Amino acid sequence: MELIQLTPWDLSIASLMVLGLALLSWHLQLGIEKRLLWATARTIVQLTLLGLVLKTLFSQDHPLLIGLLTLFMLGVAGYEVMARQERRFTGSWGMGIGTLSMFISSFSITLIAVHIVISVDPWYTPQYLIPLLGMLLGNTMSGMAIALDNLTQNAYLQRGAIEARLILGHNWDQAIRDIRRNALRSGLIPIINAMAAAGVVSLPGMMTGQILAGSPPMEAAKYQIMIMLLIAVGTGLGAIFAVWIGSYRLFDERQRLRLDRLRNPT
Amino acid sequence: MDGLALHNFSSPGLQPFSLELQPGQCITLSGPSGCGKTRLLRAIADLDPNAGTIALADLPRNRIAPTDWRRQVGYLPAESHWWGEKVSDHFADQDSAELEILLSALGFSSEVMNWEIARLSSGERQRLALARLLIGNPKVLLLDEPTANLDQENIGRVEALLTQYRTEHHTALLWVSHDRAQRQRVAQAALRFHKDTLESEPWS
Repeated sequence: MELIQLTPWDLSIASLMVLGLALLSWHLQLGIEKRLLWATARTIVQLTLLGLVLKTLFSQDHPLLIGLLTLFMLGVAGYEVMARQERRFTGSWGMGIGTLSMFISSFSITLIAVHIVISVDPWYTPQYLIPLLGMLLGNTMSGMAIALDNLTQNAYLQRGAIEARLILGHNWDQAIRDIRRNALRSGLIPIINAMAAAGVVSLPGMMTGQILAGSPPMEAAKYQIMIMLLIAVGTGLGAIFAVWIGSYRLFDERQRLRLDRLRNPT
Repeated sequence: MDGLALHNFSSPGLQPFSLELQPGQCITLSGPSGCGKTRLLRAIADLDPNAGTIALADLPRNRIAPTDWRRQVGYLPAESHWWGEKVSDHFADQDSAELEILLSALGFSSEVMNWEIARLSSGERQRLALARLLIGNPKVLLLDEPTANLDQENIGRVEALLTQYRTEHHTALLWVSHDRAQRQRVAQAALRFHKDTLESEPWS
């Protein structure tokens, strides 16, 4: 089966439909038409750019360029994690916690995937490395953002209970334990739900794409299984790192709860 | 000296001052709302960043682990907080004879352990928070209006318990109280905030 190429005309039909939705939103006074159009424009521009970048990259195969692109992706993901925090950490910790945790989890897991699981040669072949890393970063990012947000919000709301334990001589680890556990659970539940519903309720995007591109469904399924398992591990590891570093940062060397290290929501 | 010694001690918004609190001594603190009484107690308990030196029995605080410090310098906030669902979640050893004596002195039977935190009145919370603190045998007590939510009968209970505890265990007490009569009942010396400095309060 050959891949049917999409023409600009095909895409403009989809764009016209979004425009119709925006008109409907305006008519119903939903007030989201501006954001909808802005997001649509971003999708078109960003994905077109990505396509161009990848096209150049695939023809070059230069490890340094590929490395730069992965770091750029990591930076953007780290920024997104920070931007989604209601009460983010002040200073370089705000972006640092998310970026470092994703570096540890997503990068190492992508490396294992291309090196050991798929055994691509060379391991940095961008056709495999970039999409895998992108999927891992994207999903780990959401899980970590939820977990960190949950941690800092609850540390703020339950500061009295945390300090009540500190007052009685409990250490910082005991004082934040329940909050930390809940934060981790909240970060991991989306990927667990997604795995449970995969293929029954939803047809995962990557598998859909492979099937549309003409892959045999069984091959597409195997890839999808692999990526979902990797995402689960990546999200789990990333969230554990992020929540651990975050809860550590909430206390100082005298084990005082330091909510002044969080920025107030604006 | 065996008690609590503060030297050039300052917490945010407060002039540095020095203070000595002997074992078995009770000093009260008073002053208008927002003058820094709570901030001072929090700083002594090492819950907020602070400056100056502070020592317990001649051992400087920075040489004592923060968990040990807070166990020995017990702080009772004006409002108590609870992390578990039941009272018993907050007591490590619920069957000790010591706890039973404490609870009965505060007007509770040992059945209180099964009560739910959400159903406690503010006065019950305040008395149970005191039991939760005293069971750890602190050497110094920092009390932020420990009888604010209590009726007359329970104010008497808490004052009697704290006085008995102080004389039996040679505990040093720093007691924030708005009630002048109470200050005269429980303390040997009294300090009050004047602007942002501490001065002694004359009794008569």
